[in-house]
Amino acid sequence: MTEISELDRPVVGRGFRLQWEPAQEAHVLLYPEGMVKLNSSAAAIMSRCDGVRTIADIVADIERTYGVTGLAADVAAFVAMARERSWLEMKGE
Amino acid sequence: MELTYRCPLHCVFCYNPTEFAATGPELETEDWLRVLREARALGSVQLGLSGGEPLARDDLEVIVAEAHSLGFYINLITSGVGMTEARIAALKRAGLDHIQLSFQDSSREMNDFLSSTRTFELKAKVAALIKQYEYPMVLNVVLHRLNIDHVEEILELAQGIGAEYVELANTQYYGWAWLNREHLMPSREQLRRAEATLARFRARPGQKMKIFFVVPDYFETRPKACMNGLGSVFLTVTPDGTALPCHAARMLPGFTFPNVRTDPVRSIWYDSEAFNHFRGTGWMKEPCRTCPEKTRDFGGCRCQAYLLTGDAANADPVCDLSPHHHLVTDAVAAAEARGQAANEGLIFRDHRISIPVVVVGQERASK
Repeated sequence: MTEISELDRPVVGRGFRLQWEPAQEAHVLLYPEGMVKLNSSAAAIMSRCDGVRTIADIVADIERTYGVTGLAADVAAFVAMARERSWLEMKGE
Repeated sequence: MELTYRCPLHCVFCYNPTEFAATGPELETEDWLRVLREARALGSVQLGLSGGEPLARDDLEVIVAEAHSLGFYINLITSGVGMTEARIAALKRAGLDHIQLSFQDSSREMNDFLSSTRTFELKAKVAALIKQYEYPMVLNVVLHRLNIDHVEEILELAQGIGAEYVELANTQYYGWAWLNREHLMPSREQLRRAEATLARFRARPGQKMKIFFVVPDYFETRPKACMNGLGSVFLTVTPDGTALPCHAARMLPGFTFPNVRTDPVRSIWYDSEAFNHFRGTGWMKEPCRTCPEKTRDFGGCRCQAYLLTGDAANADPVCDLSPHHHLVTDAVAAAEARGQAANEGLIFRDHRISIPVVVVGQERASK
């Protein structure tokens, strides 16, 4: 699997669906016969993965939204983990 | 939701009830939509659409659209027969999330033999459509004595059509598969070879498919945690509206199963005896009752306990703590004793029979 660059454009993996689930009071990632409940950080990242924004855009947007800095490494680590699990794909991959 | 028992295939390992032709008329579209709304209101989020062949219903797209608007994650379980580009485009628009395509075997001859119809090339076409419409290509192959020696060919075929996930699911013996158990049970040696082949395939350089192997439980010493216990997370509605706590539960004696034509899903789930009876551990007998593992496997499968021992409250005899475990090991031993696959007597799923009469070699030519 190739290295991830901050210019990659992640998108929710084929066969997965991200949605707000009132019963869980959380964003969840759905797949056949299963569901992952996302914490708020994971949801903030995943919900911005639209195949248009780059990882750098996503970092900037989250930092702006929550008034924090220095999230690049955390976002990169989450994206790498999520891609490993097929929750995310890189657009054009 | 099992939308229909109609199916163009005649698989010998089908888990549909053998008496399916004697069940009542199929639900109307509006009934299915009501079931979806009621189930979603109770917090349900996963929807599997199966059958029979769900594509045999021409309102499939309507059902998918409603389920999607309600927020269900929707998985279509199909043989691919009846799938066209027009239909997959409509299903995609309606919000279908996932498709699982079943394949009977890798070689055309075996595939046609086992499903009793010529479907192999069609499935390759459907696999291409699935990729074209940006679904993950998920292939399910039911394994048994007659095809388990073809695991390598099956995996190569899966690779050839671009499968990303392959489930090799050993036959579970319910419905038609139960009738055909002695013909379908692999030998221990076959199983060992299949697992070795699988390990070699997984180790191939550049091999990217995710391969799941569902072990046949007859060869185990602890039962599967079937449905995480009946009435725990799963509800299925059969084509005629009967609500069941597992696909095969219709066979369990002593229950009047509720029907969505007359009963709301809420009362089915919370109030019906059929869904409450096997909840918790109070129904258990020894050795389950005092077993420290009872909350791990819930005593195994109630249907298997009933089929093999005649009492659904007994331990699943797959468990070697069960006094009936010999019923499982005897069946495995009988499979060992059988010679090379003898196909005479295989019973094909067929709507014309409640009591099976179609025997290979006599009527196969007429299909």
